[in-house]
Amino acid sequence: MAKARTKSEASAGTADLTMVEAVGQALARALEEDETVILLGEDIGVDGGVFRATDGLITRFGADRVRDTPLSEAMIGGLPVGLAAMGFRPVAEIQFMGFIYPVIDQIVNHAARLRTRTRGRMTCPMVLRAPYGGGIHAPEHHSESMEAMFAHIPGLRVVIPSSPARAYGLLLAAIRDPDPVIFLEPKRIYRAAREAVVDNGGALPLDRCFTVLKGADVTLVTWGAMLKETLEAAEILAGDSVEAEIVDVATLKPLDMDTILASVSKTGRCVIVHEAPLTGGFGAEIAARLAGEGLMHLVAPVERVAGWDTVMPLLRLEGRYMPSAERIVAAARRVLEYA
Amino acid sequence: MSIVASFEIAHTRVLGPDGKVEGELPPFARDRDALVALYRWMVLTRAFDAKAVALQRTGRLGTYASGIGQEAVCVGAAHAMTPDDVLLPSFREHGAQLVRGVTMQELLLYWGGDERGSDFAGPRQDFPVCIPVGTHAPHAAGAALAFKLRDEPSVAVCIFGDGATSRGDVYEAMNVAGAWTLPVVFIANNNQWAISVPRPAQTAAETLAQKAVAAGFEGLQVDGNDVIAVRQATTEALDKARSGNGPTLIEALTYRLGDHTTVDDASRYRDDEEVGRHWKEEPIARLRSYLTAAHGWQKAEEEALIAACAAEVEDAAESYLAASPEPPEAMFDYLYEELPADAARQRAAMLAQE
Ligand SMILES: Cc1ncc(C[n+]2csc(CCOP(=O)(O)OP(=O)(O)O)c2C)c(N)n1
Ligand SMILES: [Mg+2]
Repeated sequence: MAKARTKSEASAGTADLTMVEAVGQALARALEEDETVILLGEDIGVDGGVFRATDGLITRFGADRVRDTPLSEAMIGGLPVGLAAMGFRPVAEIQFMGFIYPVIDQIVNHAARLRTRTRGRMTCPMVLRAPYGGGIHAPEHHSESMEAMFAHIPGLRVVIPSSPARAYGLLLAAIRDPDPVIFLEPKRIYRAAREAVVDNGGALPLDRCFTVLKGADVTLVTWGAMLKETLEAAEILAGDSVEAEIVDVATLKPLDMDTILASVSKTGRCVIVHEAPLTGGFGAEIAARLAGEGLMHLVAPVERVAGWDTVMPLLRLEGRYMPSAERIVAAARRVLEYA
Repeated sequence: MSIVASFEIAHTRVLGPDGKVEGELPPFARDRDALVALYRWMVLTRAFDAKAVALQRTGRLGTYASGIGQEAVCVGAAHAMTPDDVLLPSFREHGAQLVRGVTMQELLLYWGGDERGSDFAGPRQDFPVCIPVGTHAPHAAGAALAFKLRDEPSVAVCIFGDGATSRGDVYEAMNVAGAWTLPVVFIANNNQWAISVPRPAQTAAETLAQKAVAAGFEGLQVDGNDVIAVRQATTEALDKARSGNGPTLIEALTYRLGDHTTVDDASRYRDDEEVGRHWKEEPIARLRSYLTAAHGWQKAEEEALIAACAAEVEDAAESYLAASPEPPEAMFDYLYEELPADAARQRAAMLAQE
């Protein structure tokens, strides 16, 4: 059935987009609405980015605003700090998260603390985008999930979309945000599905979890590409008449614990799912908060389904590393055994 | 075989160690008042420095990095800048910050452990001190890109040490500045030491200036104890950047006459004899000799200037010591433009303590 559209939605146009196309559309929208937005990164210009996230943007907005940089990650992390302090809104791309580590210096020591250390005199409204995560049979160093390293940094936001519409709305919000944001794009689902995305410039709220499935029996908490396996797990559980509730964390830092606690207060059970290694993963933070603030709601131990604590395997063993719907179902069944 | 590239590094000096003119006197340096102004900034910087060390020694300041002996680099560079330019100092360029309009109270606040010291009332666009060595060089490229994109005549001036030139991000910043012809001046404040590592152990390169060659722009050396040469070289580099001709690296040769910081003891790794030799080349006595010989600088003028600088420093120290402390919740209040709920709860918990 055709959905009635508001006028602005109609004029803005709705299209079925993949996540990577939605990222591109949000970038185009941001470039269009705010002339201080500048994109920077390796191969983002004529080539349109190695994943084509910036496809066509250099033609529309010119090489001054869609800037191919030298191969120089410490610079790609640090130059935007200077640009942002001088009134621009840079959006820098790190080609793959595996090459983001030189940038951490700039994020910890400068971007995330510039406002604090100058008592608000200088600010750093920059966005650092990076494709991340496994599952696409990429070469070595191209598949890790290191979001927890960033979620540890005070003064920073860490945002991870799980669908095309979420990518569009959250990326626009990140670019408009007055503080630095790490925007991690789960590349496994860059082209996994299409979704109707309304290109009306509408942002989604940061600092909020999204409840993507309602259910009363068990809470499944996840983010990014693992939402796919988590949804599959919920479907399998539904076959056993178990109603799972799914919370997509979306902004890891600052964490919206209220939404997670509200869900767990209803279900009494929680399984946290992430692709990153188990130890010190962001699931540990959520589990610790549940133990501290949600213990009275819990009727079962909190389970974590995560990547193993191994070096990310190359493509042949990658499938054995990634958490599967079956592992999530098994964990859910274990917590459901508690009366 | 054919030679496909080669380079030369120029070295300039106007005043020799004894204050005699060795090079060509630039037009600004023919004016007595202009020279006295530079002289006064250097004397004030040194008086400030001595006071800061004394405050640290008596437990009233945190760890402090003295800039004694390097006044000409700081004052010469900052004095050449216009108010709309942007300074990106490292942590030893107190003199440059003072010339730019950062107050002594602000500097003392910062080194005394209070972030308000980096909320400069004066040069609002200048960057705060940068402790992680060399990490501010990419910021200079970013600020310069901002000026270029807005078609503004401003230039970013980034000062870092000899040690910093060994870091990748300093090269990465110079590389992009060259590739994009950005309006930035890099100044390597070569004081011969990086804590205990002497300059020859830092790099096999004959000069630090030549590091610009790899990035595709001019590098040059100046006598960094000659404030006239530093000011002139900076002026020329600023003019070049302003007229769209890209970056310059100025290697200013000077010497760290003091310890690395107030928690360092340089006698562990260098001889007094070496330090003594460098005292004969220091910048303040050098300019004073020239002023005396060429402009009849009088003893009475000297005494009045020293007394005025001392009084200014005392006033600043007093108002620093009298500053009321910042409330503890300030540690939360500038994390984000709006404090997220999660952090707001921690803020409340901190205030509920005790
Ligand atoms: C990235 C980094 N590494 C190490 C240090 C510790 N450290 C502080 S100053 C310094 C030496 C810096 O030497 P140089 O760049 O020549 O500057 P100078 O201290 O001589 O002014 C070192 C090793 C630091 N602050 N930052
Ligand atoms: Mg040094």
